[in-house]
Amino acid sequence: MHNPKPLPSALPDTQILARRLAHLRTTYPAAQPDMVADIVRAILLTMHGDLSVNETALLAEVEDLAKTVANARAEIAALQADDITASHIPSATDELDAIVVHTACATDTILEACESLDALAPSLDEATSRALQDVTTRIYEACSFQDITGQRITKVVATLKAIETKVNHIINVFHRDDLGAAPPRPAEDATSLLNGPQLPTSAMDQSGIDALLASFD
Amino acid sequence: MAIDKSMNVLIVDDYKTMLRIIRNLLKQIDFNNVEEASDGAEALAKLRASPFGLVISDWNMQPMTGLELLQEVRQDARLKTMPFIMITAESKTENVIAAKQAGVSNYIVKPFNAETLREKIEKVLGHA
Repeated sequence: MHNPKPLPSALPDTQILARRLAHLRTTYPAAQPDMVADIVRAILLTMHGDLSVNETALLAEVEDLAKTVANARAEIAALQADDITASHIPSATDELDAIVVHTACATDTILEACESLDALAPSLDEATSRALQDVTTRIYEACSFQDITGQRITKVVATLKAIETKVNHIINVFHRDDLGAAPPRPAEDATSLLNGPQLPTSAMDQSGIDALLASFD
Repeated sequence: MAIDKSMNVLIVDDYKTMLRIIRNLLKQIDFNNVEEASDGAEALAKLRASPFGLVISDWNMQPMTGLELLQEVRQDARLKTMPFIMITAESKTENVIAAKQAGVSNYIVKPFNAETLREKIEKVLGHA
């Protein structure tokens, strides 16, 4: 039998365990984690008679934890989580991108028509010209929806991509039986003030912003 | 004294639609000399190359944001007094405070209307 190299006793238990598991994985590549779990469980059961009340309770907790992990694996497999990253999220992202493209095209067409109306103004009498301009002004104002909806959709796409990354991480962990590091959280930097449009219920309106600015004077 | 509407105005936004909307609204209030830039870096290059009387900028752009553009403008000896209006969907208190601390002349939240734009321009140019 191949003996593992002795490990420094100063290491925390989790690191010692991780190193021993890595060593076993290298030495016995054909061994599956389920086999290891079965062996550990069998050994623990043989020790049952020698365990104290606290140790028995701890063993029960560990067994429950093992069952919970096994159930989670089964549930994730049943969900066909691969479809989420392979199909659902890319499809949703494409649909949202298409919305941005189509609304931009439609807005361009509206603006072009509006500019054509504005160009007619000099040939009209003053009152009609002013009335026409009032209408085109309202159309210009309304067309800014494309910017706002575009920014909202960008936020949704970013959220979908974050979900995709996390789902991928979960799939990798369970498929490889590998407790790899969690995906790094994006660093906070100067762009953290880029919140995008607020929902109407939580947004500060122009009068609120005017009041805030005035408070500096 | 009336506002000199022949001045060059630089509008900065990464959405072409917004540039077009602001350009048209400015035209309706007789500002016809309007230049465009699609981000802060392009805007800064234009500001350093030609004289402008007013900057109207979005915030959320890459690679240089509107806030970074404002900070660059305020640190530039030749541009530091440039009237600078931020037009943005960023409406959180911390955004308004950050812009004010960076030296913004006024702040308009999207979606906005033509009257708000006209009013803020007049205020910034000293004719409120």
